[in-house]
Amino acid sequence: MNRVEAYDKVTGRAKYAYEYGVGEVAYAHLVQSTIARGRIRSIDPGQALAMPGVIAVLSSDDPPELGSLDDAELALLQSRAIAYRGQIVAVVVAETPEIARAAERAVRVEYDAEPHDVLLRPDHPGLYPPEKVNPGLPTDTERGDVAGGLADAAVTVDATYTTPTQHNNPMEPHAALAVWADGGLTLYDSSQGVSAERATAAKVLGLPPERVRVISRHVGGGFGSKGTIRPHAVAAALAARATGRPVKIAVTRQQMFEVTGYRTPTIQRLRLGADADGRLTAIAHDVVEQTSTIVEFAEQTATPTRVMYATPALRTTHRLLRLDLPTPSWMRAPGECPGMYALESAMDELAVAAGIDPIELRVMNEPLTEPESGLPFSSRNLVACLREGARRFGWERRDPEPGIRLDGRWLVGTGVASSTYPARRMASRATATAEDGGFIVRIAAADIGTGARTALTRIAAQTLGTSTERVRVEIGDSALPQASLAGGSMGTASWGSAVVKACEAMLKNGAVGSADTTEDVEADSGFARHAFGAQFAEVRVDIDTGELRVPRLLGVFAAGRIIDDSLARSQFIGGMTMGMGMALMEETVVDEEFGDFLNHDLAQYHVAACADVLDIDAVWIEEEDPYLNPMGSKGIGEIGIVGTAAAIANAVYHATGRRIRDLPITPDKLVS
Amino acid sequence: MRPFEYARALDGPDAVARFRPGTMYLGGGTNLVDLMRLGVAEPDHLVDVSRLPFDRVEASDGGLRIGAAVRNSDLAAHPLVRERYPMLARALLAGASGQVRNMATVAGNLLQRTRCPYFQDVTKACNKRVPGSGCPAIPGDHRNHAIIGHSEACVAVHPSDMAVALAALEARVHVTGPDGDRVVPIPGLHRLPGTEPHRDTVLEPGELITTVELPSPPAGSSQYRKVRERASFAFALVSVAAVLDVGGDGTVRGCRLALGGVAHVPWRAERAERALLGAPATEEEFVRAADAELDQARPLPRNGYKVPLSRNLIVRTLRELTP
Repeated sequence: MNRVEAYDKVTGRAKYAYEYGVGEVAYAHLVQSTIARGRIRSIDPGQALAMPGVIAVLSSDDPPELGSLDDAELALLQSRAIAYRGQIVAVVVAETPEIARAAERAVRVEYDAEPHDVLLRPDHPGLYPPEKVNPGLPTDTERGDVAGGLADAAVTVDATYTTPTQHNNPMEPHAALAVWADGGLTLYDSSQGVSAERATAAKVLGLPPERVRVISRHVGGGFGSKGTIRPHAVAAALAARATGRPVKIAVTRQQMFEVTGYRTPTIQRLRLGADADGRLTAIAHDVVEQTSTIVEFAEQTATPTRVMYATPALRTTHRLLRLDLPTPSWMRAPGECPGMYALESAMDELAVAAGIDPIELRVMNEPLTEPESGLPFSSRNLVACLREGARRFGWERRDPEPGIRLDGRWLVGTGVASSTYPARRMASRATATAEDGGFIVRIAAADIGTGARTALTRIAAQTLGTSTERVRVEIGDSALPQASLAGGSMGTASWGSAVVKACEAMLKNGAVGSADTTEDVEADSGFARHAFGAQFAEVRVDIDTGELRVPRLLGVFAAGRIIDDSLARSQFIGGMTMGMGMALMEETVVDEEFGDFLNHDLAQYHVAACADVLDIDAVWIEEEDPYLNPMGSKGIGEIGIVGTAAAIANAVYHATGRRIRDLPITPDKLVS
Repeated sequence: MRPFEYARALDGPDAVARFRPGTMYLGGGTNLVDLMRLGVAEPDHLVDVSRLPFDRVEASDGGLRIGAAVRNSDLAAHPLVRERYPMLARALLAGASGQVRNMATVAGNLLQRTRCPYFQDVTKACNKRVPGSGCPAIPGDHRNHAIIGHSEACVAVHPSDMAVALAALEARVHVTGPDGDRVVPIPGLHRLPGTEPHRDTVLEPGELITTVELPSPPAGSSQYRKVRERASFAFALVSVAAVLDVGGDGTVRGCRLALGGVAHVPWRAERAERALLGAPATEEEFVRAADAELDQARPLPRNGYKVPLSRNLIVRTLRELTP
């Protein structure tokens, strides 16, 4: 089936947050700090207010009343302290977006600047262990004798890998429209989860949740950056409250780099030991990463290492550094994505050092139970993915010798890496009703471009034993039954569980079914639940210029039952394309002098262009898993990006004999 | 952006007559409008010259006359360009994206501003934007910046691909202005930064490019090759436009070389050209010529890779052009 909203999207009828029409609307623009650390000495809005069409300038001179200051990134205009360059210091409201933007430059802000610290380094005295890493996992783990395992090993790898700051850059920039009426707020926002956003907005603004409604029917990508309410939506609400007008705000692409989150850079030291046969004797994965000075965000970078391979000794650690930069946030496959780049690169180095095929090395170290927890896997088909991928990719013809395959002026190589992502679900509610000869399913889910609306339509139709044409799924509105967000690859599993349950209830009583999966989700224990995959890459490196191309990318995944083939393929290859971008080009440069992100548009922050994506394919193996949810499905939104960068970096080594341990692998690192 | 007046010029003299302090000419707008949004360009008056009758490509005296308002995509697709100046077509198609090329004009392409991130951010110092304010790229991030001909005031590079090909083809720019008409050769149109990096070109206020004139194509075969971080829609790390004419005896009869991504101007590699003239068309001589040119390179701490990259690219391109 086509996506249910396909026609609306291609005809432009699908409305995104900024496109809702409302009378008397005014426009807001953010004024941002130009120092990275210090205090605001004075704010003079006089010149801006004198401009024709300017309605108001909100600032900490008259702090807007808020209900909660707990989240310092959302507690707008409350303090004169500056925690990073680009922090919101004022909000201009005007009759047109152009006037608002022009007036932004007319707001005079004086600062008392202090020296800033924006550079992550592994020897920084400020490094500390956070209490937990996201989403509430232990910061450090240690099992067995790691030092002994490394000392006794026949083969060891001790290597440090770095990943740079990265930004999500969804196609649709963050935007919101705030409308107050009768003491309540309606917020049209670009959001990955309207229920959670309603709760947070209500808390921040000091309203009971039932006085807030969040609408987000169509979202042009989020990748985590719209997973929680961002400051622009709070700014719109405050501006609308202050001016008595509906207020729209569009975050510029440049502003997105400071205001909508990013992935922390990571410095990861991997130590692996193995016996002469390649069996692991120890793994140590030590991570250094950053957060801001105002909110702690601890990416769970080493956590996939707790899942992947059998070893008698395993240690993982995370150390954070508070820097004068914006708070990092969710970016596609947080934790797994950077962590598996390092682990899977190190596994490739171990295979080379031990003289073992990298697939055989992984197969040999396949665990019987989850290494850290000892829990049984609900299902684990990593080996099947590696074998199937090897067959499809032609791995058996591979000569492991690096740097010897020259095709014209191109050095050619291939690489492999494993992939993994947790298969979780969260509690949600849904209703199903028989109406007008068909069925309507209501749930405050989100379709951020994934096809969730379509997947839920299929799930409902299958449960109801009817055709998808007779089912309508309403999502993207917090007035609908409360649901979890589109994040952590949990959307379909969480919402689908509620939809199935509501449809089953409706079938029983014939008219209306409602469901709440809180108890079902609470009963989810006793198993380690993860999706697995194998990524294969072929690269070509120009010996003169260091230009790198990826003629082939293949992903093989085991993710439970696949609900919709074309949507799944789109998710997988979308993730793999992002993984290619991570490997080859994505890098936000920190400007040490000014203390901010230097490159902040799509001309300078490169993501893969269509021309970079050549032969890319994703397939999956049949996987039956009765311990997941009624659909038997695992999330597929994020696993596609996990491991891609390692497969490409491993292929670069195979092609050139050079191990590049600092992403991205740009021509300057390969030219000689 | 700041409010401004907009007027559409009727013809060249009308455009020049409308010019006064604070005026900028608007072509396709693919760079200027961005800079206005960013507050980097703040014209009081825009005079739209995109619809002037400078929109034709015509053969003349064995060469070509290209109207200043011809769109990049039209120029790249023009049969005379594809047939006689394939290097120019390749350079055009290596630039920007299809959508941008559909809008961008020839003159606008020549006069586009650097994409140095400091230049494009009004919250930071930049001698090119605010003379005397400083150059943070020198202590800061300059991986994409100049290795040749830069100054203590500015290390920015010219971003155009087309201009690199035009420099190798020895194009001439016809200009009209308040003081009459004149002709400026393309190596010579753009300036090295020196102490006045705010002046990208030798054009005087009010001067308007009307035509780009190409002499007859040089003998030999030609190529444009661009190295960038992704397969399309990225500015050059380094690019080369090369023409090589090798005689029956295997010696170089003629050579044109221009480099992009290395300097504040499309850089004509005259030292390399001189070193090659009359020399055997061999790999050793190509290396020697490239080194003769790059001897004058003064890379910054973080862009040293551009020196071997330029050398390899010159040698590789000349080798491929050798019959």
